[in-house]
Amino acid sequence: MSDTSRVPSGSTLEIRDLHVNVADKEILRGVNLTVRAGETHAIMGPNGSGKSTLAYAIAGHPKYTVTGGQVLLDGVDLLELTVDERARAGLFLAMQYPVEVPGVSVSNFLRTAVTSVRGEAPKLRQFAKDLKSGMDALSIDAAFAQRNVNEGFSGGEKKRHEILQLELLKPKIAVLDETDSGLDVDALRVVSEGINRFRSNGETGVLLITHYTRILRYVKPDFVHVFSAGRIVEQGGPELAERLENEGYEAYTKASA
Amino acid sequence: MGLDTAKPLSTLHEKASYDVADFAVPTGREEEWRFTPLSRLKGLHEGVAASANVVVHVDAAPEVTVETVGRDDARLGRAYVPADRVSAQAYASFEKATVITVAREAVASTPTVVTLTGSGRGAAYGHTVVKLEPMAEAVVVLDHQGSALYADNVEFVVGEGATLKVISLQDWADDAVHVSHHHALLAKDATFRSFVVTLGGDLVRLSPSVSYSGPGGDAELNGLYFVDAGQHLEHRLLVDHSRPDCRSNVDYRGALQGQDAHAVWIGDVIIRVEAEGTDTYELNRNLLLTDGARADSVPNLEILTGEVTGAGHASTSGRLDDEHLFYLQARGIPYEDARRLVIRGFFAQLVEKIEVSELRERVLARVEAELEK
Repeated sequence: MSDTSRVPSGSTLEIRDLHVNVADKEILRGVNLTVRAGETHAIMGPNGSGKSTLAYAIAGHPKYTVTGGQVLLDGVDLLELTVDERARAGLFLAMQYPVEVPGVSVSNFLRTAVTSVRGEAPKLRQFAKDLKSGMDALSIDAAFAQRNVNEGFSGGEKKRHEILQLELLKPKIAVLDETDSGLDVDALRVVSEGINRFRSNGETGVLLITHYTRILRYVKPDFVHVFSAGRIVEQGGPELAERLENEGYEAYTKASA
Repeated sequence: MGLDTAKPLSTLHEKASYDVADFAVPTGREEEWRFTPLSRLKGLHEGVAASANVVVHVDAAPEVTVETVGRDDARLGRAYVPADRVSAQAYASFEKATVITVAREAVASTPTVVTLTGSGRGAAYGHTVVKLEPMAEAVVVLDHQGSALYADNVEFVVGEGATLKVISLQDWADDAVHVSHHHALLAKDATFRSFVVTLGGDLVRLSPSVSYSGPGGDAELNGLYFVDAGQHLEHRLLVDHSRPDCRSNVDYRGALQGQDAHAVWIGDVIIRVEAEGTDTYELNRNLLLTDGARADSVPNLEILTGEVTGAGHASTSGRLDDEHLFYLQARGIPYEDARRLVIRGFFAQLVEKIEVSELRERVLARVEAELEK
């Protein structure tokens, strides 16, 4: 880990003309977007528009093939790095469908992840304290730490577990892929509060991918981008989300068809 | 099984005899031998004479009686009749047998550890009987070490309401060849727990089987194996449900790495006409860590009654799940560490079932060592 990881202020994620294929089909067709520390960007769009592809391609999922463009985090091209190197460089992806990992306990997983990202093992007592306060803040039961990662978790538990990781790993840039999907109002509020705690220091950037405007009432975006057919087709401020709330995506899906 | 020849025999368990001559020398085309590389048996299937010893040392719990007996001892061969050529050869060839007895209602306060140490290249044959009288409880460890060409039979006789937990470690040297039958006969309401760990040896072919002499018997057969390049590790399970209201659960998991690493798992379960209320499940999972490894996994469930409580099986063999690795790596965990975590996790739920904590640690340490290779 370089020293810059401890000085997150001023971090910038720059996505430049990103083209991505899935199984030889072009899904992203030239995405340009810059997320700076302290900013929250919402990416909204209809199902199948490529929003999740953007998230997974940035994180480096092997299913997604980048055919062109760059993704720079503070000038370093993430696309040149392995998945774990990207995470250690300061990128975090909260997944829409977090994966069950049989036989690996939450506490073991989190300690291993924190050790990897910080480059050294956390002091056991401090880690236990951080874990407990993190879990309390997200209304996660203490017994949760002994369960296997995402195994038998409800939809709400999975998402809270993602946000717990976000708060423990303290990335420079967080990409949240439909973190609101499948949550009831109470869980949505708890999860949103976690995201707001994470971004409150003003030193981190958030890219919030969502289909619905509901979460944006809790997590106020600075910028809203409309995604359609693999690229950003419109940009604006929070007022754009309100317009989408009233008018839906119809105008954009027609335009791209 | 076997002893009661009046009953119709299942197709999964065709033959049993004490006489070697009742079994033809296998050619490799037979169903029960087709996965085993016969040339590497070094004559065990062709009647090679005993010319070496596997030294048996027993560190017994104070409540347990250990005897070394001759071939004529009446307690030998009562629970099990050899089911194949090598097993019959072993039965015909051993000179001394070890009989471990836990008296009625006795509860062994410590595990009884039987260490079997091979010391040479010649063939050796053995026989062991572990007998729990009614209501007795014991943990027995069979720890196989060293270099050997060894065939043996082990009988576990579990009396009414008794509980026997067995851990069998095949921790052989790289050149060892071991062909073994473990048969458990469960009386009414008996509990049997078997945990097999096979790590060492050039060729290990272990056939754990269970039969019941009364209702209410409960058997769990767990197994863990780690197959390296060139190794052939074969486990052939048979649970013969012939009494009502008995339970069996089989869970074998293995990891394979390296050229010509070969795992074979056969899981046969018979539920006979009279075995109403049977509850059985068998599972085999193989993790192929590299190219060049091969896992054969064949579950067979033969149900001859319609009145079962549960009967099922599952078999999966595959590579490490990319999604698991991606999730862990996306949290900054390097590939090698992520891989270790997933493999450890694959075995974790099994290893937790090893009752003896020192052995649990030893097995975990051995798995870790395999992962470093």
